[in-house]
Amino acid sequence: MTAAARPAGIRLENIDKKYGGLYALRRVSLEIAAGECVALAGRNGSGKTTLLRVVARLVRPTNGKLTFVPAARDNGTDAGATGFVAHATMVYDELTAEENLVLFSKLQGITAPAERVAGLLREVGLHERRTSLVRTFSRGMRQRMAIARALLGQPSVLLLDEPATGLDPEGITWLASTLRGMRDTGRTVLMSVHGESEISALATRAIRLDAGAVIADTTMGANLRSILTLAGA
Amino acid sequence: MALLSNAAVLLEKELRTEYRSRELLTTTVVFILLVFMLFSITFHPTGSESQQFGPGLLWMAFLFASSLMLQACFLREQNNDTLSALRLSVSDPFAIFFAKLAANTLFLLFTELFMLPFFAGFFNVRILHVLPQLFVVFFLGSLGIAIPGTAFSAISAQARMRELMLPLLLLPVLTPVLIASTEVTAGLLDSPPAMNYSGLGLVIGFDVMFLTALWLFGEYLLEE
Repeated sequence: MTAAARPAGIRLENIDKKYGGLYALRRVSLEIAAGECVALAGRNGSGKTTLLRVVARLVRPTNGKLTFVPAARDNGTDAGATGFVAHATMVYDELTAEENLVLFSKLQGITAPAERVAGLLREVGLHERRTSLVRTFSRGMRQRMAIARALLGQPSVLLLDEPATGLDPEGITWLASTLRGMRDTGRTVLMSVHGESEISALATRAIRLDAGAVIADTTMGANLRSILTLAGA
Repeated sequence: MALLSNAAVLLEKELRTEYRSRELLTTTVVFILLVFMLFSITFHPTGSESQQFGPGLLWMAFLFASSLMLQACFLREQNNDTLSALRLSVSDPFAIFFAKLAANTLFLLFTELFMLPFFAGFFNVRILHVLPQLFVVFFLGSLGIAIPGTAFSAISAQARMRELMLPLLLLPVLTPVLIASTEVTAGLLDSPPAMNYSGLGLVIGFDVMFLTALWLFGEYLLEE
């Protein structure tokens, strides 16, 4: 397995992201402490996905600074330190479930990848289908694969873009319990959600974006619910 | 060390997916075969004409076939955003390029060697006595196509009109390697055969220059 994930906080300072003349993010400054579980709310196009991709370091901000506290893993590499569940599944259709996870385990330098992969496939309920090509999977099964891939390296920061998409009620309950476990072991979770759900109920803080800017940020119970349930959230 | 182990893992993935789909090799083999057949049927080249124009035709066919092959290289990674997953997983982004250009070189080399007997048959050219030398030229030429081809494939995959973008970017850049590879191949198919070392040196120089550029700036090509 990779070096044990250390709790990591995220600091964003005056982050702008422009696509052409359009601001996807505008002067976003946030301090997310290690172990926080943060729900990002906002209408479609409000900048949630861009913010998650900036934090994942998949998108370079136009202006501003992103830092992780502490900076990296003990072994000095960032591979696998951030787990990301995006809209797309980020796994290969032409490979089996097992091959996909073994591939990403090897890339992340996980020792004994076979054991880790077998355990994760059991956890996400896909062990019976481990030798099936991912292209034969349903949407929900693909989402479970996406979550399994993100959890492979036991990341210290987990980023999720509408993670419940495609999951059945049983899958949502499983995901909620997994995220609760991560939150309770000090991992930082940042997730985009739509409205109130079993997943958003885990949040200890809610941030609302509109037109790329942070318009509300709270950790208080009643306010947190109101941020998540605002019309159009 | 992590670079090489990551690249080896990714190369295995590229070979496995191609083995399963056989999309790239089938397309390029059929394309090259069609070019040989059409040229042979249309022009009925004599032995001396084949020696004169054959090497140029051979490399032109390889070049156009490679632009078909390279198109899919990064486009495949866009279907499920797997490129993002790779970027999050590797410790050095150059490993992604290294694996892809190694796979592209191997696919091209395999296609070229597979098509060589067809070329010899269609154009009545003797190749057996210079096979090892041809292998060297094909390998270096394929590498010369694959290095900038892989880089431009990464650029064009994110662009609009991506199908047009790759050949438009790639073909002018590959002119030196095309000319040099053709000249070296022509020398080998001549009687008596001769190795054009200056042409070979040019191909090697081209490979080293573009590989260095890709190593230095490749990371930026992967960014969104």
